[in-house]
Amino acid sequence: MNKDEYNKLVKRLTPKENKTKNAIIAFLTGGFIGAFAEILSMVIMSCFAISKVEAYQWTCLIVIFMACLFTCFNFFDNLVTKAKAGLILPTTGFAHSVMSSALDYKRDGLITGVGANFFKLAGSVILYGIVSGFFFALLGVMIYG
Amino acid sequence: MKILCAFLFAGTLCFLAQVVLDNTKLTPGHVTSLFTILGAFFGFIGLYDTFISFAGGGATIIISNFGYSLYKGAFLGFQEQGLIGLFSNILKYSSCAIAGVVLFAFVLTLIFKPKD
Repeated sequence: MNKDEYNKLVKRLTPKENKTKNAIIAFLTGGFIGAFAEILSMVIMSCFAISKVEAYQWTCLIVIFMACLFTCFNFFDNLVTKAKAGLILPTTGFAHSVMSSALDYKRDGLITGVGANFFKLAGSVILYGIVSGFFFALLGVMIYG
Repeated sequence: MKILCAFLFAGTLCFLAQVVLDNTKLTPGHVTSLFTILGAFFGFIGLYDTFISFAGGGATIIISNFGYSLYKGAFLGFQEQGLIGLFSNILKYSSCAIAGVVLFAFVLTLIFKPKD
């Protein structure tokens, strides 16, 4: 069997994912989390009489905590596999990646395991966020003054 | 009404991310980094403020908000303190998310056992 035939075989046998279905599921779960965050921040804002920005930060913390806790209870992994981008793109994905790499490397010890691998997956978000934020801010300062 | 806007905004972004994930070879790590950079970019062109006033929690819960808050911290830091403000204030608004993740994840790691 030459390479072309092999590639054709691989293409034929690779399970086809339903892209439309995936996209709709991502839309619904992502939207649900967005709506949930908005409702939660409205509740927090009216109950504790704090500013909008603080309410958003509290919401963010609560969502992060829930994502971490659900990851510990083992069912968040299955949810992420099903909902894909709907749970990866919100802050839940960030929390999930930190939590799961911390848990996975727990048996290697607290320093070489948890400490060294804590930001294994989420590190790229922090790195490119800071780099892009810095340079856009520099550019913004030059343009807007 | 605001809740519907939040639903539509967050949903649309996740929809776009899923389309990118399915049709390219990019991994979730690439996509989240890309959306963080896009958040900083939209902050730079002044659109992300509009997104937040329009979609509220729907815009602040997406990872793009992380990029936007880094941009905002650095930009406002420069106006307050000059060049050093770019460095000292860049994490001002996003430290909530980072410190939250670090603390919750560490404490929960100590409590829970990894699955087999």
